[in-house]
Amino acid sequence: MFGYYLDLALRSLKRNKVLTALMVLALALGIGATITTLTVLKLLSGDPMPQKSAQLFYPQLDPYPVSQPFSRSGKRMPFLLNYVDAMNLIHAHKAERQAAIAMSQVKLTPPSGAGKPFYAQGVLATADFFPMFDAPFRYGSGWSAADDDSRAQVAVIAGDLNARLFGGANSVGRMIRIEDHDFRIVGVLRNWAPQPRFYAVHLGGHSYGKGDAVFVPLQGARADGMMPSTMMGYGKSIDVEHLESAPAIWLGLWVQLPDAADVAAYKLFLGNYAQEQVALGRFQKSHIALSGLMAWMRSEHVVPEDVRLQAGLAFGFLLICVVNTVGLLLAKCLRRSREIGVRRALGASRGAIFAQFMVEAGIVGVVGGVLGLVFAELGLWGIRHQPAQYADLAHLDLAMFLFTFVVALAASLVAGLLPAWRACVVAPAPQLKDA
Amino acid sequence: MEIRPILSSLRRHRIPAVLIVLEIALACAVLGNAVFMIGQRMANIHWSNGIDEAGVSVVTVNGTDPGLAASDIPRDLVALRGIAGVTAAAPVTSMPLDQNPALTGFTTTPDGKTTVNTSVYFLGSGGERALGLHLLQGRFFNADEYADSGLKDFQSTGHVVLVTGSDAQRLWPGQDALGKTLYANGESWTVVGVVGDVLAQDPNFSGPGGRYSSVFYPSRPDGMMGDYVLRSAPQDRDRVVREAVQALGRLEPGAVVEGKTYAQMRTDYFADTSSMVWMLVLVCVVMLAVTAFGIVGLTSFWVGQRRRQIGIRRAVGATRGHIMQYFQTENFLLSGAGVVLGMALAFGINLYLMRHYEITRMPWYYLPVSALALWLLGQLAVLGPALRAAAVPPVVATRSV
Repeated sequence: MFGYYLDLALRSLKRNKVLTALMVLALALGIGATITTLTVLKLLSGDPMPQKSAQLFYPQLDPYPVSQPFSRSGKRMPFLLNYVDAMNLIHAHKAERQAAIAMSQVKLTPPSGAGKPFYAQGVLATADFFPMFDAPFRYGSGWSAADDDSRAQVAVIAGDLNARLFGGANSVGRMIRIEDHDFRIVGVLRNWAPQPRFYAVHLGGHSYGKGDAVFVPLQGARADGMMPSTMMGYGKSIDVEHLESAPAIWLGLWVQLPDAADVAAYKLFLGNYAQEQVALGRFQKSHIALSGLMAWMRSEHVVPEDVRLQAGLAFGFLLICVVNTVGLLLAKCLRRSREIGVRRALGASRGAIFAQFMVEAGIVGVVGGVLGLVFAELGLWGIRHQPAQYADLAHLDLAMFLFTFVVALAASLVAGLLPAWRACVVAPAPQLKDA
Repeated sequence: MEIRPILSSLRRHRIPAVLIVLEIALACAVLGNAVFMIGQRMANIHWSNGIDEAGVSVVTVNGTDPGLAASDIPRDLVALRGIAGVTAAAPVTSMPLDQNPALTGFTTTPDGKTTVNTSVYFLGSGGERALGLHLLQGRFFNADEYADSGLKDFQSTGHVVLVTGSDAQRLWPGQDALGKTLYANGESWTVVGVVGDVLAQDPNFSGPGGRYSSVFYPSRPDGMMGDYVLRSAPQDRDRVVREAVQALGRLEPGAVVEGKTYAQMRTDYFADTSSMVWMLVLVCVVMLAVTAFGIVGLTSFWVGQRRRQIGIRRAVGATRGHIMQYFQTENFLLSGAGVVLGMALAFGINLYLMRHYEITRMPWYYLPVSALALWLLGQLAVLGPALRAAAVPPVVATRSV
């Protein structure tokens, strides 16, 4: 029976080529726009660490004076920590792992004769950074807490920097010149670029794109005068010479808490810490916050607002395309009232007529889906040629590929419902009489 | 034109009529909001800026030894001023739209409070000429002020400051800003001049209050001054940038030297905004095309269905014009219903976006404008089918289809 409906549908679609082409084109455009924007949205709002994000938390404290709050509304907490508090929290060892992070644009000088110096994104972090974030090593490993304390001049470099400077060879033990200081390479990462780059939110630089180039121990890098990209002061001014003791926030802290009990215990610890600081006169406010990774990404609006607007706009557009398809399908089916009358008179049931028209709508959907995929690829190609920071990432994955057909079929079948229903309630007698 | 027969005919084709109304309503709602968003973004892209954007180029030198700035910068400046076509050159700490905000809150009393983020710029000698600042009141810095001022911890060690016209009005409304004292972090400076509004280093970050809130300090050469501003005739700027990068590359072999025209800097800053504008324009155009095709398709179907009826009307004396008018009026009524619904929908969408996104209230005139656009689109789309209807010969009436 399905084969027969298919045959009928194809005949009907062929009979009115312009109308069919219009339906398919409209649906394909709507689907192309929707899939393009959804691909980008999915990419940007994805989980950067699917295997671990549930265990990663971002603590916040508020060292700002009451008279000069961090935000006008007073609802937001400072999103970074000062050095003293970050170190106190790290040395308390209340979480399974904990790392303080700052970002810095650093000058890298290739070994003599291997090109000009250039700037790259550097990460200033403490030892737990690598095991906590499951950073994958190709050669060597991260540094130890002892290296942090001894302000060791060691560095971990990214795979593509290793390829650029050392031709991809094992460079562990070799030296790299960062900000005119020599660092010994202890590890080389594989390609590692969490999207979004959750650990760098508010620390400077982009939230998406290629990963960072070099990673150096926080205290060692600071001893060499590397400056964090973001500093916010809450005292008279920021004494950049003595940033560690200055009333300024410039560090992000991440902690790993394996289960709910650990989270509750850490929250308690954080609350007690803040109250202690109030008692000591260092803080004036004792409120704290501890956000999970994904909740932190949401609350800090890491996904650009325009991307969400675009997705909404594309959905509106798809809706218009579906309404358009309903109208055109309906026009087609009403024009064929006589054919329906004849089929009904010859014994076709209402269900059979309904099924026939749904098959026709389905064909429009499948063809629209294929064409929509072409439009989506075209749209993503366009996005890859935009200067946006996430441009390189805009590729259709298998899930979105399949989803395209689900959307196309669903849209066309929803569009086909009304015309098919109108078709199957056509009374056969008047149609035949009229002829 | 009698509209009663049209209405009664539409009543009998309720579903297709409702579909056209719905499609026009949706298109009108989306169009209104999209055009509003395009307008807002275009306004951002064209934010005015009180420097000579057409003539300014910027060469950034990073990774030098800050301790040598006092001797390096004058040497670099000599080389830069020697480039043919350069009419002025000066070192500065940062540039409007360079996306590297250095912000401070300024007040008019020693212990005042402010919520405005003011962009802080330090100019080397001749900086006002190199940037092309417009002096509204007072004077620029003199040679002594340039020589005696420096910066420490992002604060000026001098005693004088230039403010923008917007800040002068905001801080001292109705008063003369000249000679007034500006305070921040326990230090104070005297306003010696007011300049035309210069954009912030990152206006999106600073927010509407900080967009044109900028202060300028004089400074002797300092390691924090990473940018050289070059001024030239607009047609020379590309060559000037190229030659300046080469010259500084030779003088500072260990540094990273990058140059761009200010026009490029503005383009870079608004890159995301302009790609959003293009995306919105594209969606609007395609959406209008789809809507128009939908109207053409449904009206064509109606015309086809009513060939006999049209033939009869023609046979009893209706002119081609009458038939045309019939379909045009029909479309006019449907579009009318559509845009009324659409305007309400557009308003609702705007309210929703205001709650969930950083979007302001849409000015009322966007509604009638997008309604008018959809109305015109409907009339254009119906023209083809209506002409075909008018071409139906009266003889059709006598045939049994």
